[in-house]
Amino acid sequence: MITLKGKGVSVGIATGKLLFIDRSKFVPERKAITDVAGELQRFAHASKTAQDQLSKLAEEMKEKLGEEHAALFEVHSMMLADTDFTDPIRKIISEEVVCAEYATLRASTVLAQEFADLEDEYMSARAADVRDVAKRVIAVLSGAPVDPTSGPEQVILATDDFTPSETAQFDRSKVLALVSQAGAANSHTAIFARTMNIPAIIGLGASLSAGLSGLPVAVDGEGGELYVEPDADVVARLQEKAAKIKGERAQLEQYRGKPTVTKSGKKIKLYANIGSAKDADSAVNNDAEGVGLFRSEFLYLGRDDYPDEMVQFESYKTVAERLNGKLVVIRTLDIGADKQADYFKLPHEENPALGMRAIRICLTRKDLFKTQLRALYRASAFGNVAIMFPMISSVKELLQAKTITAEVRAELTEKNIKFNPDTPIGIMVETPASAIISDQLAREADFFSIGTNDLTQYTLAVDRQNESISEFVDTHHEAILRLIQMTVDNAHKAGIWAGICGSLGADPTLTQRFVDMGIDELSVEPSAILRLRSRINEMA
Amino acid sequence: MQSISYVIKDPIGIHARPAGSLIKELGAFSSKVTIKRGADSCDGKKLLALMKLKVKQGETVVVEADGADEEATVKAAEAFLTKNL
Repeated sequence: MITLKGKGVSVGIATGKLLFIDRSKFVPERKAITDVAGELQRFAHASKTAQDQLSKLAEEMKEKLGEEHAALFEVHSMMLADTDFTDPIRKIISEEVVCAEYATLRASTVLAQEFADLEDEYMSARAADVRDVAKRVIAVLSGAPVDPTSGPEQVILATDDFTPSETAQFDRSKVLALVSQAGAANSHTAIFARTMNIPAIIGLGASLSAGLSGLPVAVDGEGGELYVEPDADVVARLQEKAAKIKGERAQLEQYRGKPTVTKSGKKIKLYANIGSAKDADSAVNNDAEGVGLFRSEFLYLGRDDYPDEMVQFESYKTVAERLNGKLVVIRTLDIGADKQADYFKLPHEENPALGMRAIRICLTRKDLFKTQLRALYRASAFGNVAIMFPMISSVKELLQAKTITAEVRAELTEKNIKFNPDTPIGIMVETPASAIISDQLAREADFFSIGTNDLTQYTLAVDRQNESISEFVDTHHEAILRLIQMTVDNAHKAGIWAGICGSLGADPTLTQRFVDMGIDELSVEPSAILRLRSRINEMA
Repeated sequence: MQSISYVIKDPIGIHARPAGSLIKELGAFSSKVTIKRGADSCDGKKLLALMKLKVKQGETVVVEADGADEEATVKAAEAFLTKNL
């Protein structure tokens, strides 16, 4: 048995036969030709075919994995259309009177080398793209299959570094795992493996070689180990690990479609936290019972100007419709502190966490707030929407915000625009002040959602982003738990519900305590939903 | 001739994907386009050339257009850069 150690980038266990994709076999030989014009035409034809393949691939990717993955193939297609790519090839064919395969290989090697020499890591990864495009053209020219998964057997694929067009074309049912010699941070291997939900190891180095092809291997995508001809002990250990992973996943699957309820009948609303309209799919696919926190500020980030009412409306409406009647709690703009957008032109602050952020911006810049509220109300006609204000610390702030919502409702009514006038209005409880006066706030709010991240930061006076004080950040601090209890009790006294949308909500060591406290709702990352439901349903 | 200058804000500079989109955008105009970074320059309608210019965050690029629709060309370039890079 040989053990190779690399970097595990996608969890899972696989055992099977290794298939090494040997690039050297694709290396075409230098062959003399007689008909230069014919060869140039053959190259032009192959280049066109390759472009067609890439366009088709881009289409497929757009559907399967989204716009961002598709963009890469469009860039590949554009490279082929660029005369800087094709001219040197044509020149070699004409001047040296050699075959198009060889000319493509040589010209692309020179070009790839120019990129590989660039010091920048992201740019030098483009050398792989150049080689990928060239390989596709050569494959078309020589009529060779590019797809190593066309055989009848399931395999563990190995190579120097997988190219995006390779991984995209693989027959997923045939690939058990991916292992590669190289290991760039921007590795496509890792992204694709995780999307495909198969184990992957990168950075195994040159000891992963063509000589291993055909040998039985075992892959541990968590530990980053590749065992060649694994002995019985290793196989047994990995089988156990695989069974455990599989068992856990299957175990969780049985909770799909089930209510979240303890054995004694206490029901918990299990919702998802999302940051964009796209994430709504993830919430639905993970069987969320609603969206407990839609962080609307992501609509404002990564732009050069404010998103207008239409842009916001479309986004909120998409989520509301995707959730199909289930509750969608949309938090109004929570910008400032660690989330900044230049065009807001917020003045520099000595202490941004205690500065102009969230509801404070909205109450100061009413136009901005009203645009968002109009979009929210308009979306309320298309699903089950609730509005939530962040960073409230006084009753006055909440009343001010509610006055503005009333103005917006009046304006919409006047314009005959449809909306749900009974859209619930809740608040984030994330400052110690709001927890302490939660009895007063509960009379004015329709629900509470406790933001434990900020609540921790403000209660313990610890900066979450400051690593040097991480030992002082006790997220289970009794002060925080007492503030949560106080908030839940005050909510119930006023007849409203209280939930947690901060990261503490997904902490399994606290789930029992939260349920005992009487929490009504937990809103967590979509991938944590089934696990949390299994935990709650096992409780007494 | 018209020109605009822009300081790249994207943390990884003008990388492959936005380079592709920018070339596509500029290709729609008839003017001759040149993109400059310091002493280096490239044809603003050529993908590989632009990628090889390896423009990084914080660097200034100058987009020059020469032709019938030069004003519209530089305006489109400016809008694209501001929005994406």
